[in-house]
Amino acid sequence: MIRLERVTKMYRTSTRPALDRVSVEVGKGEFVFLIGPSGSGKSTFLRLLLREDVPTRGKIWVTDLDVAKLPRRKVPRLRQRIGVVFQDFRLLPNKTVGENVAFALEVIGKSPSTIRKVVPEVLELVGLEGKADRMPHELSGGEQQRVAIARAFVNRPLVLLADEPTGNLDPDTSQDIMLLLERINRTGTTVVMATHDHSIVDSMRRRVVELDMGRVVRDEAHAVYGVGR
Amino acid sequence: MRTDFVVREVATGLRRNVTMTAAMVLTTAISLLMVGTGLLAVKTIDATEAIYSDRLEIRVALTQDVSTADTDCTQPICAGLRSTLENSPLVAGVTYENQQEAYERFQELFAGQSVAELARPQSLPATLRVKLVDQDGSTEAGAAAVKQAMENQVGVRTVIDQRDVVAKLFDFLGGVRNVTFALALVQAVAALMLISNTVQVSAYTRRTEVGVMRLVGATRWYTQLPFLVEAVITGVVGAVLAGVGLLVGKVAFIDSLLAGIAQNGVIPPVTLADVLTVSAYLVPIGAVIAGITGYVTLRLYVKV
Repeated sequence: MIRLERVTKMYRTSTRPALDRVSVEVGKGEFVFLIGPSGSGKSTFLRLLLREDVPTRGKIWVTDLDVAKLPRRKVPRLRQRIGVVFQDFRLLPNKTVGENVAFALEVIGKSPSTIRKVVPEVLELVGLEGKADRMPHELSGGEQQRVAIARAFVNRPLVLLADEPTGNLDPDTSQDIMLLLERINRTGTTVVMATHDHSIVDSMRRRVVELDMGRVVRDEAHAVYGVGR
Repeated sequence: MRTDFVVREVATGLRRNVTMTAAMVLTTAISLLMVGTGLLAVKTIDATEAIYSDRLEIRVALTQDVSTADTDCTQPICAGLRSTLENSPLVAGVTYENQQEAYERFQELFAGQSVAELARPQSLPATLRVKLVDQDGSTEAGAAAVKQAMENQVGVRTVIDQRDVVAKLFDFLGGVRNVTFALALVQAVAALMLISNTVQVSAYTRRTEVGVMRLVGATRWYTQLPFLVEAVITGVVGAVLAGVGLLVGKVAFIDSLLAGIAQNGVIPPVTLADVLTVSAYLVPIGAVIAGITGYVTLRLYVKV
């Protein structure tokens, strides 16, 4: 589903590569934690998968798309296969919950009838049934993140990328969000989640890819965050 | 492409920056108004030139003694001059206007003015009115030849080329046209920068939306079209305002200013049809220029 082959990313502003010969393969339906301290390259990793940036060297495959060589006009095709969730939710403040989710479908040209059918379904999946007409500021942080997940998942992407999705949430709410991501993972969606949160990684016992200074220092199945960290 | 989506986004965008939008519309309107004025000036100049090119003649005014003595150009001096002119291949025709005829025309021309009462037939010269052959749209060569042949001849007082008189009018109109075009150019640069700036501000205020659109895989058309349509709408509205401005200008200003000379056929009137035609040109011009500016701005300055 996702394959990186000796991917190196240099930024002009830094002499040290943000990613240094990283090779990782993630299969269909896998759940992977991407961990490591700030500046270890987690965000760069996710940006490269989304083609927000291109690698300096190496190859990246997402499904059957050669991400680094993808022509600009085909980038939307890649992004329609990937859902993304962020720490800061990134909801549109002047649109209701339902409109926020519908927006993601509208802008890729889905028909109004499809949108009317699919949006309530996904809101129910994330546990927000009956809240379609609320505004984002009327919701708690956990609920806002559910809206963001609903929006990322509504087009049924093959891959869900989550960049510190629990970073702004308290531990209990974080656990709820993890349950939701697990549920989405069980539908066959590959989930890659970048996080700092020890307790979540430890309690989930999933595959862990650890980055440090842009290098993969650990890639372990059913792992914990790490001893002494 | 979902039109309702684009319509909604454009409406939101235009509403969000009302003052910016208004500034953009007005600047566009003023620059297009000037372009329109320039175009009308060009049209008037062309029409005026057309009127005069077949009306203009060279007048060979005869001296006082010949004028008084000869009423039908049969006496040797006048007849000699006349045959010289008629034998030239550059001359289309020669008519003789004696003092009495000159006086009548003078009365007609200056009817109601005090000079008409002061003039006497004897004080006006008889003239040979020379029509020139049009050679490739120009009578330049003929005029020069006639002048050369007639000046300093016995019996000739002066040679008047009417085109010299009209040339001053053309110079003036040409000046008006150049100044309007120059002002229009400056104004157009301002309009372009405003459009570009507005597109950037518009993109900035909607960066969250645009960010979400990019992430969920919206195509360039979806992300950029609302901004382009916004720019084009302001361009079109500006052009329409410019058209209205031209119309108002014609009715309120040009019509009264040119009323006298246009009625006498000295210069052609600026017709309603002219104004409407020029206005109709301005709309696509405004739309295309605004659209191109918007597109270039999005390409260069906005990561969409």
